[in-house]
Amino acid sequence: MPALPLDEAGKYVAGAYVVFLALIVIYVAIIGAKIARIERQVSELLELTDHDEEAGRSEAVHEPEARRSPQDAGLEAPQTDARPDAEQSHQDAGLEAPRR
Amino acid sequence: MFSKGLRPIAAAAVITTLVAFALVFFYAPLDADQGFIQKIFYVHVPMAIVALGGFVAGGIMAIKHLRTGDSSWDLRSYVAIHLSIILGTGVLITGAIWAKASWGHWWVWDEPVLVSFLIVFLLYCVYYPLRFSIEDPDRQARYSSVFAIAAGAFVPINFTAVRLAEAVTHPRVLSQTGGSLPGEMRLTFLVCILAMVLLFVTLWKLELTAKRTSAQLKRLRTRLELRAETAG
Repeated sequence: MPALPLDEAGKYVAGAYVVFLALIVIYVAIIGAKIARIERQVSELLELTDHDEEAGRSEAVHEPEARRSPQDAGLEAPQTDARPDAEQSHQDAGLEAPRR
Repeated sequence: MFSKGLRPIAAAAVITTLVAFALVFFYAPLDADQGFIQKIFYVHVPMAIVALGGFVAGGIMAIKHLRTGDSSWDLRSYVAIHLSIILGTGVLITGAIWAKASWGHWWVWDEPVLVSFLIVFLLYCVYYPLRFSIEDPDRQARYSSVFAIAAGAFVPINFTAVRLAEAVTHPRVLSQTGGSLPGEMRLTFLVCILAMVLLFVTLWKLELTAKRTSAQLKRLRTRLELRAETAG
C-alpha cells in the first residue's frame, strides 16, 4: 500500500499520540485525586486527634473540681441521672463532650 | 508522603519523553515505505514492549511474594499488572489506528502478533475479577500471585511462539540480526523505549505510594477508633 499523504497520515499519527497522552493524563489525574483524598482524610484525622487532646486537657483541668464530690466532704452522694463526671463538667463549662 | 527516588525518576521520565518526542518528529527520517504514518511505531512498539515487560515483572514480584510471604510484593505485582493493562489498552488502540492507516482495516484476525497480544491482554483482564472476588486478604494475595506467575510465564512463551510463526502483515521489529532500522530510527526507538520504561517506573512508584499511604491511613483510623473505644 503506498504511503498516505501527510495531511491524511497526520490525523492518524495525532490520534495515536493523543491516545497515549490521554491515557497517561487520565491515569495521573486519577492517582492525583486519590492522593488528594488521602491528604483530606489525614487532615480530618489530625483535627480529630487535636480535638481529643484539647478535650483531654480541659478534662484534666476540671477533674479536680469534679472529684471533690460530696463523698469527699464526708456526705452521701445524691442520686442523680447517670451522667459521667467528665462529661458533666464539660457541659457545665460550656464545652462539647469529648468525641469518641 | 512520596516514596524515595520518585521525584528524580519523574523528572527523568518527563525529560526523556520530551526528548523522545523531539527525536520522533524532528530527527528520525520518514520511512520510505509508510511515510509519516510510521511515526506511530515510536509510541506503539515501546508501549507494547514495556507492557509485556510489566506483566513479566508482575510475575517475578509474585514469586517474591510467595517465597517471602511479604504482602508488599503482592502489592507491587498488582500495581505492575494494573499499569501494564493500561499500557496494553494503549497498544491495542494505537495499533488499531496504525492498522487502519496502513492496511485499511482496524484489526486483522489472521495476524499472530495482533491476536496473541489480544489473548495476553484478555488473560490479564481476568486478574481483576479473580483478585477482587476474594475477600480474605491473605488468600487474595496468594491466589493473585499464583495467577500472576502463571500468566507471566505465558508471556515469553507466547512471544516465542509468535516469533516462530510466519508473519502475514505485521512486521517483526526485534530480530536476531538487529532488525532493519537505520541509525537515526534505531536511536529514536531506543530513546522512546527508555522514556516508556521511565514513565512506567514513575507511575508504578506513584500508584504504589498512593496505595501504601491509603493502607497506612486505614490502619491509623482503625487504631484510633480502637483507642477511643477502650477509652470510652
